[in-house]
Order: sequence, then structure tokens, then C-alpha cells
Amino acid sequence: MYRIVDKKALNPTVTMMEIEAPLVAHKAQAGQFIILRVDADGERIPLTIAGYDRAQGTVRIIFQIVGATTEKLNHKNKDEYIADFVGPLGRPTKLDGLKKVCIVGGGVGCAIALPIAQALHAQGCEVHTIIGFRNRDLLILEDEFAACSDHLTIMTDDGSYGEKGVVTVPLKAAIEAGESYDEVIAIGPLIMMKFVVATTRPFGVKTTVSMNPIMIDGTGMCGGCRLTVGGQTKFACVDGPDFDGFEVDFDEAMRRGTMYRDFERHAYEETCNLFAKEAN
Amino acid sequence: MASKPNMSNKKNLMPTQDPAVRAHNFQEVALGYDEAAALDEAARCLNCKNMPCVAGCPVGIHIPAFIARIRELDFEGAYQVITEASSLPAVCGRVCPQESQCEARCVRGIKGEPVGIGRLERFVADWHNAHIESAPEKPAFNGHRVAVIGSGPSGLTCAGDLAKKGYAVTVFEALHIAGGVLVYGIPEFRLPKAIVQKEVDTLKALGVDIQTNVVIGKTLTVDELFADGYEAVFIGSGAGLPNFMNIPGESLMGVYSANEFLTRNNLMKAYREGCDTPVMHAKKTVVVGGGNVAMDAARTAKRLGAEVTIVYRRTEKELPARAEEVEHAREEGIHFQMLTNPLEIEGKDGWVHAIRCQRMRLSEPDASGRARPVPIEGSEVTIEADCVIMAIGTSPNPLIKSTTEGLEVNRRGGIIVEEATGATTKAGVYAGGDAVTGAATVILAMGAGKTAAQAIDAKLSEKKA
Repeated sequence: MYRIVDKKALNPTVTMMEIEAPLVAHKAQAGQFIILRVDADGERIPLTIAGYDRAQGTVRIIFQIVGATTEKLNHKNKDEYIADFVGPLGRPTKLDGLKKVCIVGGGVGCAIALPIAQALHAQGCEVHTIIGFRNRDLLILEDEFAACSDHLTIMTDDGSYGEKGVVTVPLKAAIEAGESYDEVIAIGPLIMMKFVVATTRPFGVKTTVSMNPIMIDGTGMCGGCRLTVGGQTKFACVDGPDFDGFEVDFDEAMRRGTMYRDFERHAYEETCNLFAKEAN
Repeated sequence: MASKPNMSNKKNLMPTQDPAVRAHNFQEVALGYDEAAALDEAARCLNCKNMPCVAGCPVGIHIPAFIARIRELDFEGAYQVITEASSLPAVCGRVCPQESQCEARCVRGIKGEPVGIGRLERFVADWHNAHIESAPEKPAFNGHRVAVIGSGPSGLTCAGDLAKKGYAVTVFEALHIAGGVLVYGIPEFRLPKAIVQKEVDTLKALGVDIQTNVVIGKTLTVDELFADGYEAVFIGSGAGLPNFMNIPGESLMGVYSANEFLTRNNLMKAYREGCDTPVMHAKKTVVVGGGNVAMDAARTAKRLGAEVTIVYRRTEKELPARAEEVEHAREEGIHFQMLTNPLEIEGKDGWVHAIRCQRMRLSEPDASGRARPVPIEGSEVTIEADCVIMAIGTSPNPLIKSTTEGLEVNRRGGIIVEEATGATTKAGVYAGGDAVTGAATVILAMGAGKTAAQAIDAKLSEKKA
């Protein structure tokens, strides 16, 4: 059992938790992920690590409430326990030698982008950050990004905060204005990453994306997380989760992500009904 | 006792659930001998002096001795004889390929069917589990600590054998439950998980510490285990990454590796109503492959309501699965298309729609000694399906190799060991099971765990002296 040391709602649908997991905290690096189960009958879900405190032995996760499992997780409170928490899994993001990077984060993907931005900032890299949200209410981690970015651009779809528009607009503008990035690191919804890659490809700017497909064990055993990268089958859990964005077949990944959509929607509704009943 | 042997040429039949009923439930298929059947079967053993059957057992169970105890109605005594050699009797009695091991050597097999050794082993283990409460006593600590990586058959055997000798053993398991392939791979209807749990609990009573949710190679490394005070490390991390055929369409929705399909059902219980983990309830499932894993996947898919076809590129004679599994699959209405090899999985709107195959014929034997299948030109056949399960083997997992300096692997990625001891190329590190051999059987993995336990004991007790 793993104790929830701290819990904070970042916005109505996104929650941050600090989980006591000393072995994971000791090894965790930016870009890696964990797998958790909320309770004994729960499913295993992967979440990318949003931060860690080696001294305290805690790992930070930030998740959006999108289905039954994240709904159940969100009902757990500080000092309660979750059944399982294993990691760190996958390969860390490669940051060696990077001098100037543009980080592009979308929605809850910003939670994963933050430790990468922080690690780059700490190694003296010039960090330009573009983060995008649907609207002002969904904005997260603004202060944290401001603290580790040399340049921060915030985008909202409806213009309720920062600039109005999608993240690829300022990205394209920056590259066209002559910013020469060693790399663009994009983390967010698949559709956002697909368009970031479409934006950078004509300029030949190396673009790394972080994939978060359906997974069970997270150690390579099941093959459920397979992606087509450069025409080859790769397992996101052991070969990734970071991949060269120019090589990833995003359309296939988006399709595979919907395989259990009906089941998930049904399970989410059931769980919400259950919690609603308990509350009455 | 000393009653006349039963000279019937036939084994006592194993009672099973009716195929028409069991094809719709996940309860155990084989129901086990009752006492009368066990006594009748035990009387078929001739108690041969040279004991050919024992030589056929990878862990060397003293088979005639345990069968003699059954004849004396000393079932607990029989259990004690088995546990001298095996840590997992209730498991082996169910999943061992006895027909190619102990029973293949039985002299009764020359003029009829061999003694049902596996069925008797299961009877004894189940009798013990039903009647004997007392947990084994924890031996006194001998001052040495050993780490075991993986809680599958090889790891549990190695841990059990060392714990019985007083070693403090910690088993590190990557998943959230101990048991390895016994839990995630072999289905409930062939090996009830309560039985695996019971065997694991017995090891815990012996003092074995099981740490779940620890991935060696990620959470901790082998070198860190030594730094932490473990004097020897046994690697029993299992088979690894599922193979695909690299044919078009394998990324369509509805295509599973057998590992994923079985893990969803066995480890995560996706077949149960109300379970949080989803699995597809297909109408027509095609399973590619002919091993035990293919049979398990096919029979699981059947129980989820699908019409199931197994596609295999050689003939029935070459099927690597146990004869009993093939027979059970047939009884449950699984179709077989032999000499058939997939070319492409065809999709519609992102989902599997059909699998296009080619007929094969057998040619001269290949390097493995089995007849080589070669395609027959212009013989394509398309099988309609909404789900395809690839059960064509696994490749070793690189996680431990890539983080352990000095650990050598062969061309196929299997860890190189000295056969007599299980010692790897790195001092103090031993290995066994599928991580060494590639996908094999539970009992061979147990044999390897046992060999390594003996070698570790020899090494560490030398150190003590």
C-alpha cells in the first residue's frame, strides 16, 4: 500500500498527488512513468511522473479525471492509501547537451513537460515554453513554468487567458523568426503532438514526443502499448515513452487509443453513479 | 498392502466438466481423482527397481515412493515425499507435460497407457490442501541473504529450496501479485489462482519475503542488490516480449498478443462482470500458433463467447501443445486450420475484419528437427474474424541484461548459464527458466530453480566454513 502524502486540485478536472514511494522516488527521472492500481480490483494505469522528492521519498503525479479509474483515484484523500505503485518505468527523456529547447505542453500533458523544463533549466539550457489549454479555468502550473522558462507563452482556445489560439501558432512564429532550437519537446494530446510535428517537420527541427498508449504491465510483457515508429513496431513501455515525432504513426496511435472507448464510457458512468449514491 | 497390481491397460479416466458446460465458464476443467480412482490408479504402478519415471522428472520426484504411500492410504506421507523434491505439487500435477516426461518412461506405457502419475500427484496435493492445516515451520536463519528476481515457477522453487535451508530469501516481483506465468498466463480453468496463492503462502510461512511492484532493472539493479547485502542473486524473470509476425494489419484494433489477452483475463480478471479492466468480447477469434499458450488463448476466447479457430503452419503432429490441451480444446468446439499461415490481417474502420492466410505443405526437417512448412503458391484463404490473437512465442526482456554489467546473453537474448549450476557469467548471479531457455514449461523452470538453489547453497556454505 502506498500513502497519499498530499493532494491538491489544480483545476476542476485535474488533481495533483504526492505518493510515498521511496524506491521509485530514488530512481525517477524526467520523462519516465509509473503504473498504479487504486484498489484490489482496480485496473493498472500508466501515469507519467510529474515530479519527485528523493529526500522525502515521494513521487508527484498529476492526472485528469477522464474515466472510472481516475475518478476512483480522485476520491482518495490525503493520508489514504492506493494499492499499487510501480516504477520508474520507460526511458528518461534524453537531455544531455541540449542548449536551447522549446517545450510545448498541452492540457494535463503540461504536468509531464514541467519536470523536463525544470531539468533543462537546471543544466543551463535556454528554455522556451509554450503551454496551451482550452480555457482559463483549466490552466495549470503557470508559476512553476514561469520559474524555469526563459520565455513563456500561454495559449487558450477561447482567448480567456494569454493568447487566443493553438500552440503551433507561436511555435511556427518563433521558428520563422529565426529561433534555432536544438530540439522541440512536445507533450500533450495525440492530436496536438501530431500538429506540432507537422509544424516543425518543414524546418527540420528535431521533435521529441511522449506517447501514453494503453498499457497493462509496463515492462514489455503484454505488447498492448505497441506503436508504429519509422515503420517498425515499438513498445512504448520499454522503447519509449519518448520517440522521434517525425517517425511516429499518430493516426494509428489515435485509433488504437479508442479501442475500449465504449467500455470506458460505461465504466465511468457506473463509477460516477456509485459515488453519487454513496454521497446521498 | 502388497496387494496385486492392477493390470488394466488403461489409466483411470480423469473426470472433467462437460465440454458444453465448461466452454461457458472459467471453473476448472479437470476435476481430479476421488480416493477410489486414486487407489485404483496407484495399484497400476509396478514399483520398478530402476525407477525410469524418476529420471524423466526435471525435479527428480521419488515417484514410486509417493505412489506406494497412496496405496498405504498414507496420503500426507505421499505429499511429504513429493515436497522433498517439488515446491509446487498442486501446480505440477495440473500443468506438467507428463506425457513427455515421467509418464513417457513408465514401463506400463509399453503395452498400454502409462500410470497416471500427474493425476496422482494432483490427488495427493489436493488432499493435503483440503485436510492439513499446519503451516511448515520456519527454519533457523543461517546468516545468508539471497535475492530472487521473479516469482514464477523458477523463482518460487529457488526461493523455497533456499528458505528450507535457512536462507533469508527476498523475492522481487514486477507485477502486483506473486506467481508470474502461473498467475498472468495460465487460465483459471486450467490452474485455479487459489491454488497458486496457497503455494505462495506456504513459501511465506517458510520465511520467504515477497516484494511486489519492484522491477529489477528499473526500480533496483542487480548490483544494488549486492550492495544491499544479498550474497547471491537468482534471475527468473521469465520469457519477455511477445513476438508479432510483422505482417500488415497487426496494429488494427482487435489484434492482441496472447500475453496481453491472457494477462487481461487471468491477472486482471477482465472476464468477470464489473471488472475495471476491459477485454474484447469477440464474435469470431482467430488464434495464430500451436503451443500451450495458443490453446489457453483459444479456450479463453471461447469462454468469452467467440467462435474460435486456431491457425497453425504445420500439422497436428507437430503441435507443441500438450496432447491433453489440444484434446480439451477440440472437445470445447475450437476449430483447427492446420498447414495454414497468415499473410495479412485485413481491417475495416480500424478494426480487424478478416485474416488472409496461405496453405502450407511440409518439407524436409529444419534446424529444430521439425518438418519445415513451405507455402503452396496460389492457395490463399481468407478467414473472417473480428479478433486475432498472436501466440507465436516471445523474445527475452532486455531490462535486466541492459542494466547488469558482466551478464552475457546468447544470440537469441537468453542469459548464458552453466547448465550444471545455473551460474551466469557474472559472479554470484544465477539464472533459470524462460529467461535462459526462451519459452518452455513450468517444470523445466522449476528444475532450473532447484539446480541454482543447490549451487547457491554449495557456494555460500563454503563461504561460511
